[in-house]
Amino acid sequence: MKMVDHLVDDKGETRMLRELAAPALPLQAATGEVVFNRPVNDRYRHLALAAAPSALAALPGQFFQLLCPGQGEGSHILRRPMSVYRVSRADARVEFLYKVRGAGTVGLASLEPGGRLDIFGPLGRGFRLEREWPHIVLLARGVGLATLAPLAEAAVAQGTSVSAILSAERPELIMSADYLREVGAEVTIVTDSDGSSAPERVEELMRGLVLGRGTAMLATCGSNRLLALVQRLGREFGIVAQVALEEHMACGIGMCYCCVRPFKAGDLVEIRRVCHDGPVFDAQEVMSW
Amino acid sequence: MVDLSVRVGGLTLANPIMPGSGTFADTMAQVIDFNRLGALVTKTITPDVRHGNPQPRVTEVAGAMLSSIGIPSKGPEYYLEEVVPFYASYRPPLVASISAGTADAFGVLAARISVPGIAAIEANISCPNLEENGRAFAMFPEDTEAVIRRIKAATHLPVWAKLTPNVGDISVIARAAEAGGADALVVANALLGMAIDVESFRPRLGNLMGGLTGPAVKPVILRMVYQCARAVGLPVIGCGGVSDVNDAVEYMLAGATAVQVGTVNFIHPARMIEIIEALPGFLRRHGLARAADLTGAVRGTEASDPLWAAVG
Repeated sequence: MKMVDHLVDDKGETRMLRELAAPALPLQAATGEVVFNRPVNDRYRHLALAAAPSALAALPGQFFQLLCPGQGEGSHILRRPMSVYRVSRADARVEFLYKVRGAGTVGLASLEPGGRLDIFGPLGRGFRLEREWPHIVLLARGVGLATLAPLAEAAVAQGTSVSAILSAERPELIMSADYLREVGAEVTIVTDSDGSSAPERVEELMRGLVLGRGTAMLATCGSNRLLALVQRLGREFGIVAQVALEEHMACGIGMCYCCVRPFKAGDLVEIRRVCHDGPVFDAQEVMSW
Repeated sequence: MVDLSVRVGGLTLANPIMPGSGTFADTMAQVIDFNRLGALVTKTITPDVRHGNPQPRVTEVAGAMLSSIGIPSKGPEYYLEEVVPFYASYRPPLVASISAGTADAFGVLAARISVPGIAAIEANISCPNLEENGRAFAMFPEDTEAVIRRIKAATHLPVWAKLTPNVGDISVIARAAEAGGADALVVANALLGMAIDVESFRPRLGNLMGGLTGPAVKPVILRMVYQCARAVGLPVIGCGGVSDVNDAVEYMLAGATAVQVGTVNFIHPARMIEIIEALPGFLRRHGLARAADLTGAVRGTEASDPLWAAVG
């Protein structure tokens, strides 16, 4: 595309100010059309959008900034960051799994099939995933699962085997076990209601999964307790440990410095932007979830 | 053809639209073409390395964002080695926003960054003056004049004084900045605000108070731009809640020569370009040949309605 800008100079003559080829700009806000937006259980909903090709480039762990319905009304002015739950390039779909809990997600829940949603992204740095990794273990609680699910799919697709531990208060709140099994992950469910989600039980389970499997990476999202466990086991086994963080954001592209947190950088503490330097980080550098 | 160019404090800008400091960064180059902006304004740097304020740093209130970032800064070395070279490949003038705790420190920092590649210095004088019990420079005319005078003595670059709206009579501060030698005024920084969560009874910002920005502040800052533009002979750059081309025009009608776009960049990252694209059509629709014709073109501010004049 050629762009030509003209301007009238002081003598009243028109001259060309500049003529340039517009550079390729990889990031844009684009409108997606709602394919479905249905409840998964009494807390979570699953939204699928028919999205632009730029959005389909999203990698596991990346997120979008959603302009949720109701933005501009009342005390709802900013976009809402939301990690990608699933990208289906064949169907040109981007999907999100979300908990209805504030103005933004209440607005999202109101979307009907055929409705439109402005999404900006994909943003941030996703999970590191190496081709030669034989096995990885994912440990997710609550909506943290939404962030880890696409990692399982991408890992299995490249030939890395995946074990996933899903943790929730009660069995009805376990989500995506079928999706994860379908993509080829080995799924273990633990709940508070039967006591199987207790830290020592989960640790025992993790140790069992890691032993003799050539496990190269542990990943988690959603709780400080799980972060501490992944940090400890990652150190003990000398394997990569990653965590996806959440933080209140304004811009999502590293300009506003609203979402910063302290991180360990050797012996120093360094301030990093969750949106731009993450949201996925080396778990050993994270000071708390 | 319409002429979008404006002259601001020693610079000629291709158009009157530029980002507000702190709402723009190199990462936005993935979204918009920087060469189309009137100017490039970087996030405030300080002489020292600062981490900024504790979380939470942002919350939302009716029509506005309330944030308390605390000017995290990597200091002047990083700015000169990384930031200035990054912007060197773009044509619009680079405006460096600086802040410091004393007038001398402001002067030293201004001198330090007066290098090729920087076209003007925006002095963020809304920060605490450490030699005056931490009161903001721009809350007092004598502090304002002294700090601007010190910066002017330290640099050959144009100096834009960014004022705080947290004052009783901003025209007094505007005149003090002019007396100190400012080349332009940026009106204004964020309004100081506060919000409390009524469920937890706790402040919604880690720093207790923060800056209110976004659409809700526009009438307040617009009024200040109007007052400043009438009080001084300097160009005024309007900054406060601009969300679309009409907001930008409104600021210019009130007396602004150029306009900074801030919070909306966080929501609609291509909005500055959309405003620039909409300006020529607006000017043509109103039979104007130059964007500069909008500056101070508000009508009927003196005339009173004869009916109400008769009533007294």
